[in-house]
Amino acid sequence: MTDYQTHEHDVLIIGAGGAGLRAAIEASAAGVTVGVVCKSLLGKAHTVMAEGGVAAALANVDDRDGWKVHFADTMRGGQYLNNWVMAELHAKEAPERVRELEAWGALFDRTKDGRILQRNFGGHKYPRLAHVGDRTGLEMIRTLQDHGIHRGIEFYMEHTVTRLLLDGGRVIGAFGYDRERGRFRVFRAGAVVLATGGIGRAFKITSNSWEYTGDGHSLAYHAGAELMDMEFVQFHPTGMVWPPSVRGILVTEGVRGEGGRLVNNRGERFMFNDVPDLYKNQTAKDAEEGWRYVTGDKNANRPPELLTRDHVARCIVREIKAGRGSPHGGVFLDIAWIKEKIPNAPEHIRKKLPSMYHQFKELAGVDITAEPMEVGPTTHYVMGGVRVDGVTQMSTVPGLFAAGEVAAGLHGANRLGGNSLSDLLVFGKRAGEHAAAWAKQRPAPAPDEGQVRDAAAAALAPFDRASGENPYTIQHDLQDMMQDRVGIVRTEADMAAALDALAALGRRSRSARVEGNREYNPGWHTALDLENLLTVSEAVARSALDRRESRGAHFREDHPARSDEYAKHNTIVAKAPDGSMRLRREAIAPIRDDLKAVIAENNA
Amino acid sequence: MPRATFRITRGRGESASFKDYATDVSEGMVVLDAVHQVQAESAPDLACRWNCKAGKCGSCSAEINGKPRLMCMTRLSDLDLSMPVIIEPLRAFPHVKDLVTDVSWNFRVKKRIKPFKPRRPDAPDGTWRMQQSDVDRVQEFRKCIECFLCQDVCHVLRDHHKHEEFAGPRHFVYAAALEMHPLDTENRAGDLRGKDGIGYCNITKCCTKVCPEHITITDNAIIPLKERVVDEFYDPLTRLFRIFKPRKPDGGA
Repeated sequence: MTDYQTHEHDVLIIGAGGAGLRAAIEASAAGVTVGVVCKSLLGKAHTVMAEGGVAAALANVDDRDGWKVHFADTMRGGQYLNNWVMAELHAKEAPERVRELEAWGALFDRTKDGRILQRNFGGHKYPRLAHVGDRTGLEMIRTLQDHGIHRGIEFYMEHTVTRLLLDGGRVIGAFGYDRERGRFRVFRAGAVVLATGGIGRAFKITSNSWEYTGDGHSLAYHAGAELMDMEFVQFHPTGMVWPPSVRGILVTEGVRGEGGRLVNNRGERFMFNDVPDLYKNQTAKDAEEGWRYVTGDKNANRPPELLTRDHVARCIVREIKAGRGSPHGGVFLDIAWIKEKIPNAPEHIRKKLPSMYHQFKELAGVDITAEPMEVGPTTHYVMGGVRVDGVTQMSTVPGLFAAGEVAAGLHGANRLGGNSLSDLLVFGKRAGEHAAAWAKQRPAPAPDEGQVRDAAAAALAPFDRASGENPYTIQHDLQDMMQDRVGIVRTEADMAAALDALAALGRRSRSARVEGNREYNPGWHTALDLENLLTVSEAVARSALDRRESRGAHFREDHPARSDEYAKHNTIVAKAPDGSMRLRREAIAPIRDDLKAVIAENNA
Repeated sequence: MPRATFRITRGRGESASFKDYATDVSEGMVVLDAVHQVQAESAPDLACRWNCKAGKCGSCSAEINGKPRLMCMTRLSDLDLSMPVIIEPLRAFPHVKDLVTDVSWNFRVKKRIKPFKPRRPDAPDGTWRMQQSDVDRVQEFRKCIECFLCQDVCHVLRDHHKHEEFAGPRHFVYAAALEMHPLDTENRAGDLRGKDGIGYCNITKCCTKVCPEHITITDNAIIPLKERVVDEFYDPLTRLFRIFKPRKPDGGA
């Protein structure tokens, strides 16, 4: 008999970042009981790290903006692999979701006439990102948290889910443990919403915290759901590179939005040398025009530093490989130069980018108002995830929903900056609404004891082994391998080698052994997270192997061009009956004519 | 590579004790890096909280050489490594294990503070108009990352254990952000004086000193709130006035 406590809710939400909290608020507003499980304390999820802003076509700064332009920008950025149903809903609903935050107490920076201010960002045609300096994510998560705690939602802080519980193919709850004591918990729920974020910890250099081990991706996959677009992992072009201990920490795109320029060790502004055709007619011809754009000239085009993240990251890698990098293996990002243009530059920079100023000053000893930063790409976000219905956010497994980074579809092959925060709000709300409606009709039966027993045995296995490897070592080796082989530049041979290496790491992980007891034991938690990391890493490598072209965030050195053959399908992986990972290609549904026209009109 | 010794609290509650760990030190390392290295090398079950590793989430609060600080923002180059670096859990909260404490009290206190209650929208489309200059002072408070270092250092909590009667600096910053929010219409002065016990604060400014977000907690949040309480409850003219006029009518600030 497994010892555990049972908690019952209509809707269980796994994850308490922006998507999870927004889903919880919506589900509770629909009159159902809601439980939220989160790996850390409330308010610490990765949303807190989001810096630049939330994209919504409010048209407060440039009245030419609107949902159609935002939709077209998102599709272009995603190289047309996006789920266009989601891209349309996202562009149409984001403004209302942002205004709603204001009604709940968020305080965005203001325009002169007192409305929400919007800033420029990569791939967005007009200034579109509502923001609070460079700490927009903190403002968002705190607003949702402070609103949510008064909504009768039950929060299970520092709890981790290790299995989804099924009943005849339908999800009816989850199994997990509490961090403090290591006690087992069974959550019984008519609907489960995954809002677990990303997979950044599968790589060595990442902006993600320890939590982002692909839990939701892996839980869904093992429960029978399909994962889509897993080859598309976003390497943010600007992470810190020095000192070594801070390598990977994010440097917001907002630095470039405020006029920051990327420079190589010859002092050359190299982004002007390579502008993709899709963006030629939207990009500044010279530095002067670029500066006019960032200072609000509506007739100017954006500087090439504000091209999409996939492209900027690759240009930086090329400079470094060609020996034109900075001393510590990055390139220079310079915002201090704007003192040539405006009188009170240091003050302006500290006001617009306070946490960047703080971060570089305290962690690297660099004053960004006086000297350039050193930056290089860092694993930031996964476009791929659980395949969901664009309207309801339900996965291919009944009763299982997903929203935010863990869900796939909105961003296609590459996400635009600022579109993740709006994604969280728009689809968090939708997932909460539809999960509540689903659960109201279908109360969950009592979970099967056999599944609970299996889950408990698997969770305790690392304690039972007499000898075995330290789980931290296995995790580090996996991160090194993924960084080397499945990173920004990929080849057929690398992907094949990565799959072999993952098989070997899988064997090692099954012999991982932990010391100590079940109480607040990070070694144990690391051992349990390994299975998730292995699952998502395999999904990324297999999908990347199958896409023999370069598109968006996925770059194949052996197939450097985009190929029409790959333009019309998404890559899907799912668990086969024999337990192996099966891949197939799913044709993208033909886009509605009116949306096609919107894209054509915005590409003109 | 140079090595340094880290003297870390291990164990639970009364039975906890210090244990020394030596590990390599490289350029730019912060205390949290050292703790992670110790975890990976010699103490896999060493408990500590952390998330962003960039001073933005407020998870890795601890006492380093006796000072409440974020482990991720404390560089080893700023510490004397000829002596063991002492790393202890926060003292104002019940100990859980190693460097982890039970901070749930903070979440309970926050929940009892009256939530945001906006005035009616200014524009027909349901939006509001606010000037940046009116928003600035509240934005300072909203930088708070809820690391609870201010709670830890405050003697009312740390030494006098007034957790039942005193909300602590973090929650005065939270209340100030609501009270000074240009749209808010709620009145929290009674609660601040009563169950939040703002009168216990005697303005020693320790909270301001340890705030990693450099929020001027005492001067900008607590003192103005104390003034509101005084205006509301101790000023004879206002008291008389209050009988005839509600202070903050709904629908207008």
